[in-house]
Amino acid sequence: MSKRERFNNLIPSLLSSILPIHTITLLFLESLLEPFTYEFFTNAILVSILVGGVCGLMGVYIILRGMSYIGHGMSHAVFGGAVVSYIVGFNFYLGAAIWGFVSAYLINVITRRNKIKADAAIGVVTTAGFAIGVLLISMTRSYTRNFEALLFGNILGITDQDLAVIMLVTCVTAFFIFFYQKRLLFTLFDKETAKVYGVRTDMAELIFSLILAAVIIASMSSVGVTLIAAAIIAPAISARMLTNNFMKMVVASTIIGVLTAFLGMYSSYFLDSASGATIVLFGTAAFGVSSLYAYSRKLYQTHTHEKFIRHSHPHIHEGEHMHKHRS
Amino acid sequence: MKMRHKIKTDSSDIALGNLVEVNDVTFGYSPHKPILENVSVKIPKGRFVGLLGPSGSGKSTLLKIIIGLQKPWKGTITFLGNNITDSHAYSSKSIGYVPQIESIDWNFPVTVKEVIGMGIWNKSGVAPWFSKDVDVMVGIILDDLGIYSSEFRNRQIRELSGGEQQRVFLARALIRKPTILVLDEPVSGVDYNTREKIMEILRSLNHDLDMTIIITTHDLGGIGKRLPWVICMNKRVIAEGDPLKILTKDNLLRTYGLADYNDSIISNDNISNGNTDNTNNNDSFTIPTKYVPPPSDRLKIKNDDDEI
Repeated sequence: MSKRERFNNLIPSLLSSILPIHTITLLFLESLLEPFTYEFFTNAILVSILVGGVCGLMGVYIILRGMSYIGHGMSHAVFGGAVVSYIVGFNFYLGAAIWGFVSAYLINVITRRNKIKADAAIGVVTTAGFAIGVLLISMTRSYTRNFEALLFGNILGITDQDLAVIMLVTCVTAFFIFFYQKRLLFTLFDKETAKVYGVRTDMAELIFSLILAAVIIASMSSVGVTLIAAAIIAPAISARMLTNNFMKMVVASTIIGVLTAFLGMYSSYFLDSASGATIVLFGTAAFGVSSLYAYSRKLYQTHTHEKFIRHSHPHIHEGEHMHKHRS
Repeated sequence: MKMRHKIKTDSSDIALGNLVEVNDVTFGYSPHKPILENVSVKIPKGRFVGLLGPSGSGKSTLLKIIIGLQKPWKGTITFLGNNITDSHAYSSKSIGYVPQIESIDWNFPVTVKEVIGMGIWNKSGVAPWFSKDVDVMVGIILDDLGIYSSEFRNRQIRELSGGEQQRVFLARALIRKPTILVLDEPVSGVDYNTREKIMEILRSLNHDLDMTIIITTHDLGGIGKRLPWVICMNKRVIAEGDPLKILTKDNLLRTYGLADYNDSIISNDNISNGNTDNTNNNDSFTIPTKYVPPPSDRLKIKNDDDEI
């Protein structure tokens, strides 16, 4: 029995010594902890928790900026770079990063002429990048298994290098968001005035885009390129349903991201499913639950003033006809 | 804010120095299609200036050039005698800017306090949240603007009325203690009472604190006519000076391109203000040097609304 196994048996054995727990319950607990006996799984759980948190954090700024589509596009574009670097034998992260930045630059160049709008430019450039990846895969069949992991996420595909990269990206992202929060908020809310008041909005946006690209690349192996967009957006929109307060929204989105990523990765072990798809479905479920919560809260808060004014907001009743707005 | 109606003399001839000078500026958004052509404007300290003109006349563009959001193709901008065309050295501290409220996403999840705190984003610590000091300053500014409720600062901006939105944006500019206040269409799309309230606040800022104010407006009858100083624009400066002197048929024709615009605007406005005699407009002796409050007919207008 290895050290790790002994550690994992510790909790059930402790519990059984204190409480008269049935053997079946013990077996159940043991099987719940079973995945943690594998090193690849502890790696995968760590990676997915970090990915979930970082995606949730970035997601808030992305949905408020109205650029959900660029996350989707970037992840697809990066896929081409990943495939090329696999085939050439180049470092995966380096290849994907260069490819990502080149496509971001191309999108920028095309939209600068004003004739073609950003969504169209993203649609062409990023899908072309994806198509190059698919073309190369179909020409070199032997790599199929790896690429499926890249597309949909696979816990078996997560390596120590992935863990190191996502740790680094998490640190950089947290650092950036902490010190740039006010500047980002101001830029998102009112870019023009932010510029007048001395915020270097171009710089903030450029750093934000670079970090987004880094987050996407670091998330590829656990969530998969086709599903990253949902992993970024779902926690953020769930948080948006729960609160109107920006700071609370950032915290809630990060927590929801961590929780759904953990649950998704964990259940993908038992279901033997693609980890990315499972994580994304948990995220969608979180959105469903939070929407239901918001809807029922709205029903509860709806009230009528005088004759015709009917609206909904948090309030405290004072006396019969008075009510006060509450923050 | 105290409303002291002290009469000031026109400061254009007094050597106070010009706060902002725009010299021979040409600018456009697409090549070979200038929106501004050889525009020169001088704004002395303490003046309340209105930029008048139809849509697309370049008044908002001129505002953007003054505050440094756009760089002119040709020409220079000076602020207190310093050339700031390239550097925009003043932009970070002495300017208060209020954008058009139409350009804002009002569903954005921020509170009043956060919006006003943005005005001093670089002076409120490195932490991602706004400190207690900001809270105090926000309270003081809101008090000045006539909002005394302590829970107002925690309201979501989506819950605000048009007038409150405008005052929150004004507070964000004023918390910077600016020497010059720049407002883009501050009274477009708001109702009569709100418009008068906002203009009253601006007037008293100009009066009591001697703040230089530049606004743009296409509302010739309601606002432009009552400002102490207007600049009529249509790609270039057509006329500049006291509105009652320069809003002549000829100038309005050149600004708006309508022959009978002058008559219709002035007469309509008098009717809506309940002012039946036209003597006020022809009387060149009652030229205001500062913003003139309207004939107080709010009660009458309210009654009209009630009848409807």
